[in-house]
Amino acid sequence: MSKLVIAGGRVIDPANKTDGLFDVVIEAGKIAEVRPTASGSKSGRNGTSADTSVIDARGRIVAPGFIDLHTHLREPGREDKETIDTGLHAAVRGGFTTVCAMPNTEPAIDEPGVVEQVRQAARRAGLADVQVIGAVTIGRQGKELTSFGELFDAGCVGLSDDGSPVSDSLLMRRALEYARIFNRPIIQHAEDLKLVVGGVMHEGAVSTRLGLRGMPSAAESVIVARDLALAELTGGWLHVAHISCAQTVDLVRQAKRRGIRVTCEVTPHHLALTDEAIGDFDTRAKVNPPLRTDADRLALIEALADGTIDAIATDHAPHTDWEKDAEFDAAPFGISGLETALAVCVTELIEAKRLTWPQLIERMSCSPAKIARLPVGTFSVGSQADVVILDPDCRGTVQPHTFCSKGRNTPFAGRELTGAVVATIAQGRTVFQSSHARAEAHR
Amino acid sequence: MTALSPAQEVITAPWVRKDLLGLWELSAEEIRLVLQTASSFREVSERSIKKVPALRGKTVVNLFFEPSTRTRTSFELAAKRLSADIINITAQASSLSKGETVLDTIRNLEAFNVDILVIRHGSAGVPAAIARQSRASVVNAGDGSHEHPTQALLDMFTIMDKKGKIEGLNVSIIGDIAHSRVARSNVWGLTKLGAHVTLCGPPTLMPQHLDSWGARVTFDVEEAIQGADVLMLLRIQHERQEASLIPNLREYRLRYGLDATRLARAKPDVLVMHPGPINRGVELDSQVADGPNSVILEQVTNGLAVRMAVLYLVAGQQGKPAMPEER
Repeated sequence: MSKLVIAGGRVIDPANKTDGLFDVVIEAGKIAEVRPTASGSKSGRNGTSADTSVIDARGRIVAPGFIDLHTHLREPGREDKETIDTGLHAAVRGGFTTVCAMPNTEPAIDEPGVVEQVRQAARRAGLADVQVIGAVTIGRQGKELTSFGELFDAGCVGLSDDGSPVSDSLLMRRALEYARIFNRPIIQHAEDLKLVVGGVMHEGAVSTRLGLRGMPSAAESVIVARDLALAELTGGWLHVAHISCAQTVDLVRQAKRRGIRVTCEVTPHHLALTDEAIGDFDTRAKVNPPLRTDADRLALIEALADGTIDAIATDHAPHTDWEKDAEFDAAPFGISGLETALAVCVTELIEAKRLTWPQLIERMSCSPAKIARLPVGTFSVGSQADVVILDPDCRGTVQPHTFCSKGRNTPFAGRELTGAVVATIAQGRTVFQSSHARAEAHR
Repeated sequence: MTALSPAQEVITAPWVRKDLLGLWELSAEEIRLVLQTASSFREVSERSIKKVPALRGKTVVNLFFEPSTRTRTSFELAAKRLSADIINITAQASSLSKGETVLDTIRNLEAFNVDILVIRHGSAGVPAAIARQSRASVVNAGDGSHEHPTQALLDMFTIMDKKGKIEGLNVSIIGDIAHSRVARSNVWGLTKLGAHVTLCGPPTLMPQHLDSWGARVTFDVEEAIQGADVLMLLRIQHERQEASLIPNLREYRLRYGLDATRLARAKPDVLVMHPGPINRGVELDSQVADGPNSVILEQVTNGLAVRMAVLYLVAGQQGKPAMPEER
């Protein structure tokens, strides 16, 4: 049985409170051992035998592969924007070994047949693992609940009408209540559709100047306040997707203190950018929920650091160039995020000294794994060998034309960011290696 | 003509912009240059032969994605008096339904080597997006609630003409500020030239976050009228009532409409302005609209001179490369 040793790197495994120089030994697609790096080892090639290959990870960070709770893979239906195959190439390039596919496809993932269709396409791609989030309501129409039991039996890890909220209060109550059977979250895209009508960006000084219709922060926080009350009422598990403003942060913080069962996530772009990024009508910064003010951004970072926000999720939303080239009002919402997530977070959180490395790794791996209730995001012996190897200091410019994703829609284009994925290993198999790493390997 | 008398400074700085997208980005100096150029063009329209060869051989396209009579006509006549060839195109608001983007439409027009695109669109930012990608000069003829620079320039030209100055004047803009591109362009332009601007309207039609605008805000129309040198009324759209932004038009008229009684409390020489089309009996009483303080028709006349000036100035910069492509 062949063996893979990732040697000499700084291993950060928050699930086991590990942070130090260790060798990670992988056998048969599983973590076999995490052992202290032998001192005096020069090349990391000590103890090499014919059936053992060694990756020299000195100067790198070695962590459990990332889990994205919020990915739009677009297949089935909008294969012009992304396919499961291109989306998964983007995922592994970004260091993700598991992505949770959102159900706002065409057709929506609202019955087991579509779940199976997505999982099959993912298996064919054979890169990162795809978990599926099913729809809360049939066709995401907000009228009738889907067959929760069938969807969870087919492997769904949560339910969401993402792209749209579950607006009906009674239906939301029933969804939270009924999902208790399965101990899985209802993932809410929190948005009061009446309050945002016609809105295309955050309602604030920039929207006022540009004459663009605004989406007030209250449109998010009123729904979160309602849903927290419903979670308290029912004992159901509420997961709030992509939270974007300070008011929501406060509500979630209070609710957690009171013992309400709530988890939430934030995107890298909400941690890095504000409504100023729209500048002169740049549709690449048009996203829902919208980029808000710097005070909101700082509140999100603080909440991520103190654990109010559980996880970082990309909300990867690829679109074609021609759609984004439309007038600002007509251009679709969304940012292609899988391939920039790590570097944006390293630049905005680590370099800016807001989070420690173990905190960042935890929010991108073991914490989202807990929310999806998956046995990954850890180097515990016997667990699936999903590993990401990072260069924490590498600086590079975001070049969308090099993306694996079909979606080149990113407001980070041209930005210099720190931190790069060197290699991604899924179930013991190397599924991504940066060109830099490949060049080194051939030396 | 009192505008720009010899006593006033003569602008020597050249015009360097390929496009006119808004007054936000213009300096006071650039605004004065447009107004000064307009004042020399106004004389052309007073001749018996109302034409100069300034833009002979140039092609101007009026590309209107939103219905408009007076702005389109004004640009058309301006181009003709400058001897340019002009084409009028009225397009669908969004041709995305046909799978064609606005930029596709522009690329098709560019293939004809047109020189100036005059663009009106219901969506903010469209002229800016086109200007970034086009070799042709772009003149914004109104984009969503963003800007309507030539309207504000003609308003300022009219104020200059009547009052001899803009600096230090009290200008009150009354009505639907939130949805008004005219209000935005006027606020940027007037404050740059030193006017004291007051914005007045119900809170539902007043944008939030006005701290950086440099304007006074009031919900009380009497306060806006008192001491004003200029009252600029904005059209109230019927849709605002449907969206519950105002209870009904009658309530608006009672609380904010300008009638003879309210006008009597203003300065006797106050100018009453309106970008048109007027909603008679809503924001403006007929008696006031047609009364001695009204300069509404002079605004239309001056609009022609201002648009000739703008076409002339951007044409001088035409052929310069578009902004470097960022994507």
